[in-house]
Amino acid sequence: MRAFEYSRATSPAEAAAIVGRTPGARFIAGGTNLLDLMKLEIETPAHLVDINGLGFDRIEETAEGGLRIGALVRNTDLAADKRVRRDYGLLSRALLAGASGQLRNKATTAGNLLQRTRCPYFYDGNQPCNKRKAGSGCAAIGGFSRNHGVVGTSEACIATHPSDMAVAMQALDATVETVQPDGTKRAIPMADFHRLPGDTPQVETALQPGELITAVTLPKPAGGTHIYRKVRDRSSYAFALISVGVVVQADGTGRVALGGVAHRPWRIAAADAALPRGSKAAADILLAGARTTHENAFKLPLVERTLAAALAEAKEAQA
Amino acid sequence: MRMSVSLTVNGKPQSLDLDTRTTLLDALREHLKLTGSKKGCDHGQCGACTVIVEGRRINSCLTLAVMHEGDSITTIEGLGNPDDLHPMQAAFVKHDGYQCGYCTPGQICSAVAVLDEMKAGVPSHVTRDLEEKARFSTEELRERMSGNICRCGAYSNIIEAITEVAGKRA
Amino acid sequence: MKFDTPATTNPIDRLKVIGKSTDRIDGPLKTSGLAPYAYERHDVVPGQLYGVILGSAVAKGRIASMNLSAAKAAPGVVDIVTYENAGKIAKSKNHTAHLLGGPVIEHYDQAIAIVVAESFEEARAATKLIRVDYARAKGRYVLADQKGSATPPTASEFGGPPDTAVGDFDTAYADASFKIDATYTTPDQAHVMMEPHATIAAWEGDKLTLWTSNQMIAWAVKDMAETLKIPPAQIRVISPYIGGGFGSKLWVRSDALMAALAARVTGRPVKVALSRPQSINNTTHRPATLQRIRIAAEKDGRITAIGHESWSGDLEGGGPETAVAQTRLMYAGANRMTATRLATLDLPEGNAMRAPGEAPGLMALEIAMDEMAEKLGMDPVAFRIANDTQVDPEKPERPYSQRQLNKCLQMGAEKFGWAKRSATPGKVRDGKWLVGMGVGAAFRNNLLGKSGARVTLDGDGRVTVFTDMTDIGTGSYTIIAQTAAETMGLTLADVDVKLGDSSFPVSCGSGGQWGANNSTAGVYAACMKLREAVAQNLGFNSAETVFEDGSVRAGNRRAKLADAARSGPLTAEDLIEYGDLGKKYQQSTFGAHFVEAAVDAYTGEVRLRRMLAVCAAGRILNPKTARSQVIGAMTMGAGAALMEELAVDKRFGFFVNHDLAGYEVPVHADIPHQDVIFLDETDPISSPMKAKGVGELGICGVGAAVANAIYNACGVRVRDYPITLDKIIGGLAKV
Repeated sequence: MRAFEYSRATSPAEAAAIVGRTPGARFIAGGTNLLDLMKLEIETPAHLVDINGLGFDRIEETAEGGLRIGALVRNTDLAADKRVRRDYGLLSRALLAGASGQLRNKATTAGNLLQRTRCPYFYDGNQPCNKRKAGSGCAAIGGFSRNHGVVGTSEACIATHPSDMAVAMQALDATVETVQPDGTKRAIPMADFHRLPGDTPQVETALQPGELITAVTLPKPAGGTHIYRKVRDRSSYAFALISVGVVVQADGTGRVALGGVAHRPWRIAAADAALPRGSKAAADILLAGARTTHENAFKLPLVERTLAAALAEAKEAQA
Repeated sequence: MRMSVSLTVNGKPQSLDLDTRTTLLDALREHLKLTGSKKGCDHGQCGACTVIVEGRRINSCLTLAVMHEGDSITTIEGLGNPDDLHPMQAAFVKHDGYQCGYCTPGQICSAVAVLDEMKAGVPSHVTRDLEEKARFSTEELRERMSGNICRCGAYSNIIEAITEVAGKRA
Repeated sequence: MKFDTPATTNPIDRLKVIGKSTDRIDGPLKTSGLAPYAYERHDVVPGQLYGVILGSAVAKGRIASMNLSAAKAAPGVVDIVTYENAGKIAKSKNHTAHLLGGPVIEHYDQAIAIVVAESFEEARAATKLIRVDYARAKGRYVLADQKGSATPPTASEFGGPPDTAVGDFDTAYADASFKIDATYTTPDQAHVMMEPHATIAAWEGDKLTLWTSNQMIAWAVKDMAETLKIPPAQIRVISPYIGGGFGSKLWVRSDALMAALAARVTGRPVKVALSRPQSINNTTHRPATLQRIRIAAEKDGRITAIGHESWSGDLEGGGPETAVAQTRLMYAGANRMTATRLATLDLPEGNAMRAPGEAPGLMALEIAMDEMAEKLGMDPVAFRIANDTQVDPEKPERPYSQRQLNKCLQMGAEKFGWAKRSATPGKVRDGKWLVGMGVGAAFRNNLLGKSGARVTLDGDGRVTVFTDMTDIGTGSYTIIAQTAAETMGLTLADVDVKLGDSSFPVSCGSGGQWGANNSTAGVYAACMKLREAVAQNLGFNSAETVFEDGSVRAGNRRAKLADAARSGPLTAEDLIEYGDLGKKYQQSTFGAHFVEAAVDAYTGEVRLRRMLAVCAAGRILNPKTARSQVIGAMTMGAGAALMEELAVDKRFGFFVNHDLAGYEVPVHADIPHQDVIFLDETDPISSPMKAKGVGELGICGVGAAVANAIYNACGVRVRDYPITLDKIIGGLAKV
């Protein structure tokens, strides 16, 4: 871990301004992923701005009938919130499927969105990785790729986004609220927040340097039955091989988002529309153009079968 | 870069002048010489470093000491000592909920916090109905304790130890 | 004490302390966080520096150049040790790869430098400033690719000869009408004990002390002496608490050597812990195997031919995974063959992990037995029972000292409700779950080895045991205290136990499930000598002296035990040594594993629902700690069956998933309630304790029981471990 200056921010504008003007400065909140990466010098900030004192730790109802979740709301608190459990069960379920109780107690809503990939080559500084060192190559292509992406991949990167929560946020049409170093605020729909790797896998989100997430908002409840199905090798405390989040209405319409298959939470409007026609129809659209390796080809049938399981579970719940 | 930080550990105020890079775990182990909290992976992947900060269990390896100015921290040493074991520590001895002992302080801190979480109504991955308070079961315990790895494989005994303590409390 | 005739009635048989379920005497310290592990010894020597090891970034090749200047100039850095300034060091016979690499690199993450600094943070940061240029060499990393070049390894103590043959396997197999021929694979596996290797090293003149985490103290002294080229007498190794080992700490690793070198160069004590990733590629692992098993049987289920071949790889000069060993002994059959072949691989060093040989060997053999039973239309429990042998099948004149495998199988089947198992796979459904049961027999040899101890009686009547035996979670402290208490007629509270110090008598150490029987037998021997000294001191006739309730009696004379030490502590030292009972008799431990598994009909995810082991392992010295050994091994076996695999990068030659997020081991949620039953057994041929090992028995056969339960649940037969859902999903019915 490289040496760094540490300071505690007292206002969002100040925090964004410091990070905006200080080369190599980063925000730190929960720290559960950033410190992990700093120990390996995959992240090497020269200055950490602690934003835990900014007070973004409340969940408030919005005028539109939705929820505004402060960036610093811990995963445990978000999952346990009565309104979230009642109206956004998918989000609660996704959060509870992730990490461990200890990590959820620290990890924040914004930090969860900004988690970096768990690709083992990204984590090994001796190996080429375009995400870690632009232009160095991708060791996962042709290497151990069992848990890598199958859709939206590029010649530069086949990593996946590891978050469960982000899959739910995507399915629930959440919006990310930010403040930029110059004080400008903006709202980024989840659909535009995470990027595909393309030629620049090191650029993972739509955030500009110094831009600070202040909240994530949820539109008014979509109703329906919420199912989050995470598939992994061990029963808990593991990243997803794949995950499926669905919201299914009584008439069979709904939404579907996938985790563990791409560089970002994976949702396609046409697949939502195909949901009433069943898991195969929706999976075919979600996985169209998939490029698999010998090791991760199983993800294609697994997605379809897991989606079938989720739809069956929804049907059972509605009966 | 160095910085001072004041925190309360097991009820005792402590002031430290630390390299900003020092994790809470290393502050406890190397500076306060409270070595009960263990370093098993240093990356939040095993739970051996679990301590209770402001009433919540966390991985002390994945947080900086300087981020805990004013915080109150309970480590395994604060729960009890060999002559006056905390009920959870005593239950681990009785049910042989450990072997090599290295993950044990983390398991015990976690177990104490898990019972509080259940009491507070925090749901888990295996809670059947999100709108109801989770009911006590071994399935709930196993899921909630899964952030604490025991390579010796004392899981079955650990669950019995926690169940006994939970029963006594109820 | 020489043990060369079967034990008769002795003081241990009183069973006042031995054989009782007893809480660990080290429990209060461990549960309150006060048991000091190696890296935590702030108290032992002042002025400790921090060392952080840098490992090689390539698997094979040479260091072309190394630039240390930036690292040396970094804040807090005291010095850096590499092969260039380490002084003359050698490789001990017990190590395959050098603990300090350079300029030649033998495997990925081989230690090439240690940075010593005033703080851990400074040392860690400075390692990243070392610039190394490598000349990479082509390596061999894939076992399947090297299979053709594999050769017979030299015969070894544990592995036996590379080829064995009895009768005429080829003809018997060719002529049989019921037979199977299947290939199984097991992957490289990691010990990942929770405490990474760690050492504090301090020199006082030419004398070195290592506070380290090690299973075999005497080996540690010997190997460090060979490596540093100094006399063993100049080295002291102290390891009273060990955060797990499972074979990974049988031999000193780079933490010990690099700490010693760094302390020598800097003239100050240095503490070093391996990082979690280093625990994967810098140390040892259980090598992968390819195994071919052929079995032929008569219609009535009697095996007529059994053949087991195994291929594994290791660095040049290394050894094989002895996966065929149990097949030479376990089941009857007139015509038999085994073959062991070793390929050269440039992966990190392969070596012993819990039940080396048997654990992966039985993962294959016990699936094969299931497959053969199915071919015969026989119940798998009945098929195993039909092929019991009470003698070494290769040498029928050599009986088993005790063999109750059939009883384990029968009792287990009854307790587990085996009769309810559907013989046809895929027939039991519980909602979305397909449910099945599986069995696997367990077999692990009982190994005998010398073990010594010193015991002291003080004027308060307390007895203290000193031995370099280690407690790696096995319960050594407690069973040794029980042994001393039983022999001296005391209670557990009257005994202190001091372990893990090379200044104490040499014991058998911890490994190969030989620790409990041999170390307690050594303590028993020392206590018997102490009894003689006590009798002599009191003027009693030692032959008829009875030690009971803290008193000593002979005829109508009676004294307090403490009286014997009134004029000063009494000390006795002895060791247990063995005659040829291990040769005359085959000594093994046995068990039967039963597993109920559920397979998700949609996703192929496997969840274990019930696990039972019935074990026959001689006298159980402490049922509580012995049971824990068994459930722990069952848990590790479940991990081996379901998730554990070191993923090899076939181009760069290293284990890719080198942390605890990537190398998944079971968590709480994976393990159901586990039941263990020990048969009431004593084995007077094994030792005066009449006990045998149990710590590795639990991992033997359990993986196959899981595999067989999965097959019974869903009808998909996976022969390639671990049995992850991607290998199951293709065989499941459409949804």
